[in-house]
Amino acid sequence: MLTILFDGIAYGMLLFVLASGLSVTLGLMNFINLAHGAFAMVGGYVTALMMARLGAPFLLTLPVAFVVPAVLGVVLERTLYRKLYGASPLDQVLFTIGLVLMAMPIADFFLGNEARQVNLPAWLSGSLSLYGVGVSRYRLFIVAVCGVIAAALQLFLVRTRFGAQLRAAVDDARVANGLGIDVDRIFAVAFAVGSGLAGLGGALAADVVGGIDPSFPVKFLVTFLIVVTVGGSNGILGALFGALLLGILDVAGKYYVPSIGAFIIYAVMVLTLIVRPQGLFARGDR
Amino acid sequence: MSEADRTRRIEAHLSRRARWRWPEIVFWLALFAIIVLVPSRAALINEILVAGLFALSLDLILGLTGIVSLGQAAFLGVGAYAAAILASLDYADPTLGLAVGALVAAVVGFATAPLLLRGSDLTRLMVTLGVSLMLGELANRNAWLTGGADGLNFTMGKVLDLFPIGFTGQRNAALYSFGVLFVLFALARRLRQSPFGLALAAIRENRLRAGALGIATNWRIIAVYTVSAAYAGAAGALLAQTTQIVSLDLFDFHRSADVLLMLIIGGAGWLYGGIVGAAAFIVLRDVISAATPEYWEFWIGLLLVVLVMVGRERLQDLARRAVSRLAPKLARGGAA
Amino acid sequence: MALNRWTQGAALAALLAAAPAFADDSTVTIGMILPMTGPSASTGKQERAGAELYLKEHGDTVAGKKIVLSIKDDTGAADVTKRLAQELVANDHAAVLMGFGLTPLALAAAPIATEAKVPEIVTAAATAMITEKSPYVVRTSFTLPQASAPMADWALKNGVKKVVTIVTDYGPGVDAEKWFGETFEKGGGTISQKIRVPLKNPDFAPFLQRMADDKPDAVFVFVPSGFGSIFMKQFVERGLDKSGIKLIGTGDVTDDDLLGDIGDSALGAVTAHHYSAAHDSPENKAFVAAFEKANNGMRPNFMAVAAYDGMALVYKALEKTKGDASGDALLGAMKGMSWTSPRGPVSIDPETRDIVQNIYVRKVEKKDGALWNVEFATIPDVKDPYKASKH
Repeated sequence: MLTILFDGIAYGMLLFVLASGLSVTLGLMNFINLAHGAFAMVGGYVTALMMARLGAPFLLTLPVAFVVPAVLGVVLERTLYRKLYGASPLDQVLFTIGLVLMAMPIADFFLGNEARQVNLPAWLSGSLSLYGVGVSRYRLFIVAVCGVIAAALQLFLVRTRFGAQLRAAVDDARVANGLGIDVDRIFAVAFAVGSGLAGLGGALAADVVGGIDPSFPVKFLVTFLIVVTVGGSNGILGALFGALLLGILDVAGKYYVPSIGAFIIYAVMVLTLIVRPQGLFARGDR
Repeated sequence: MSEADRTRRIEAHLSRRARWRWPEIVFWLALFAIIVLVPSRAALINEILVAGLFALSLDLILGLTGIVSLGQAAFLGVGAYAAAILASLDYADPTLGLAVGALVAAVVGFATAPLLLRGSDLTRLMVTLGVSLMLGELANRNAWLTGGADGLNFTMGKVLDLFPIGFTGQRNAALYSFGVLFVLFALARRLRQSPFGLALAAIRENRLRAGALGIATNWRIIAVYTVSAAYAGAAGALLAQTTQIVSLDLFDFHRSADVLLMLIIGGAGWLYGGIVGAAAFIVLRDVISAATPEYWEFWIGLLLVVLVMVGRERLQDLARRAVSRLAPKLARGGAA
Repeated sequence: MALNRWTQGAALAALLAAAPAFADDSTVTIGMILPMTGPSASTGKQERAGAELYLKEHGDTVAGKKIVLSIKDDTGAADVTKRLAQELVANDHAAVLMGFGLTPLALAAAPIATEAKVPEIVTAAATAMITEKSPYVVRTSFTLPQASAPMADWALKNGVKKVVTIVTDYGPGVDAEKWFGETFEKGGGTISQKIRVPLKNPDFAPFLQRMADDKPDAVFVFVPSGFGSIFMKQFVERGLDKSGIKLIGTGDVTDDDLLGDIGDSALGAVTAHHYSAAHDSPENKAFVAAFEKANNGMRPNFMAVAAYDGMALVYKALEKTKGDASGDALLGAMKGMSWTSPRGPVSIDPETRDIVQNIYVRKVEKKDGALWNVEFATIPDVKDPYKASKH
């Protein structure tokens, strides 16, 4: 029972780490960014390749796995994404699906089709025993890292001036501009954070999901989207609670009633959206 | 101007809009001619026609009513499996299968339509997606009925007891799909011009205001979603019957995404967009993937990005202006 | 939009009209249909590389005929497979259809093979009943019963009494579960639990926990190649490798394609399969070296060798028929054909058209810093037990 609960939390945290970047771009910035997984893939590849080719230690690769996709994100944001902030959701869907379709063959062409593994250092592999429950060290690590990310983001996006400016800019860019907020810069920074988090998520998740391969951007696309929609648009906390809820229900469901295993995550989403169409934690509870 | 006068003028305008114009007639004749003249690509043309019908089903909700969906594959799958299961039980008449496929899909559409009434566009994208994935899982679990992950193979009877479809009747299959597409298209065209269709346009432009005008928006949305589901179900039944196999990937996310791409490439809202987009998408995919089977997705992706960046509205406007010089009336009708 | 539409229509018509290419009598077209994009793309990649390697090594002329290998991407969708098969046969006059990454894809082409009398060589899909769906289906890969039943025999002989099976919930998984289970129980073992895992499943934690709660001697696992690394890692992550539960399975779980990179978590897993890149024979050493050289260091797996053998089968059949590429002649020549493959001696069972081959029991070991499936026992000339049980 306790093991299942812990597994659920750990799986939820994994979902959160994969989706946290999306909760910035989609949740806060209202951009239907289906290319989120492509940024995650970049981060995963950065970690996997740095470790395999340069022999870099795992922890050292993580900041790089954040920075590279973040820079890539800014470049794409400045050149392409920014033109679509006011566009219809359909244009955003079309555009970002286009990006995904381009990203996969590019990865395939340069890095090949086989999955690249992230091999954890010894101190992170295996399990340890807590109150008689076998707990995987790496999952514990993910839970800790996620807790830090969630807290930092929540503070950064809610408590700081930047956060207030971002929310103002998303709600009404023209008025925000008139108030002297540098909307362009705010969006660029937010998008960089979102893309960087996506990359970090990809790097952290790589070990658990069986490595990074070119189909990564679509393999988990639906999962990312479900986490963010269930969580709602209220920034990071929504995504965190959404992810935990899905993780725990999914693991418990698969353990107790394996025959309905695959349904659970979809059913939870549909039910949540029936009860609360804006997700569990909607901004302003419209 | 008297009340009667005004009514008469509106009626005249509407009936003018409903008339078939010569470019449309040429379009359908040309489509028919291609099937007859190029029998070697009949299977590809059939795939285009079926995808065109599928995209048309999406146009009914997206183009006419402004309801977005990422789960249209749910109805494609339900229609296909209904037709396939019927055929594997030895009810091999295609027309019967088509009707049953459309009907079953309509029932599912009617049952799930209330999920669309609340929330934002994102909510609708996700709810529809969730429904299609759940139905796919349901089909996977009930392997005794659906064949599970192995899919279902079956043989079809002759269309109208006359024309065999299958490997030796590929052209018949394409003609059968063509006939179904044409009839359903004509009905959709009629529906768009009807008072019901005008109410849908009002909902698309402004749902609140449409409600204020006394239009029962919820019921209209449920009705058109049911019709759209029936169309998608018919497309699924056609796909199942002309390929004589169904498999679980019919419910997949990529089916819903592809049909959305096709419709948007061709332009939503003027009903021909789905067919044009399906033809463009499938022919492009066929040509590029013949040259580079692993990397064709890159070029499609590039096309999409360019399409959005240049602005699909601007492209469509340009095309429309070109048309208005050629066929002024259609341009006005098409722009509605 | 109309003008646009007419030009598009005209372009479409022109394109379609230009398409049919007429093959003359001196060429033999092999239509290879594979998932080159989408979730099964890695299968397509290995298969393509295997087939192209054979073509490169043996030249494109055999028995006076020029071989044309035409590779098509079906994206893993059965209706596309069907269309491509139709077009390859009708337009390109393909003499042989080959490939088929998944069971429904192989089944989609079967009626066309029957109707057009064209041999369909299945080089990937491994559900046992595929060869029964058309008298023109020939298989050079393997069947899951072929690998699962010997695994059960080995487990019985090595002190394993209680097993939990974990398989992916689709055709091949069910085959593996059934054949391992029946063989194991017939030999006096106990299957305490049969767990089926959804196909799209990133997390094995709850299933592994259910399994561990039963405290079996061993867990028998089948997951499609690609999921093997997730399973292995999570198995070790939970400390199950130290719990005394043996990890056994078919070779899919320790796929050569992934093994080099999978890390030490796979060490010690025992699997039964028909091919390992570490197979000790001169044919295999040459094959692996040439394959790695041609593909940027990629290690060949059982998909690559099956495609390589698929090509070998066509070449040998053409030699036997002296260049007669008509379907029935080729099929007749293929039945009973035997040759030495990189995996060892193989032959085509003339009755079932399925491959007869050695099954090897292997253990994952580290050699020269990389992991390999090292073979330590051989069960010679295994026929597909599913079809054998019916006779």
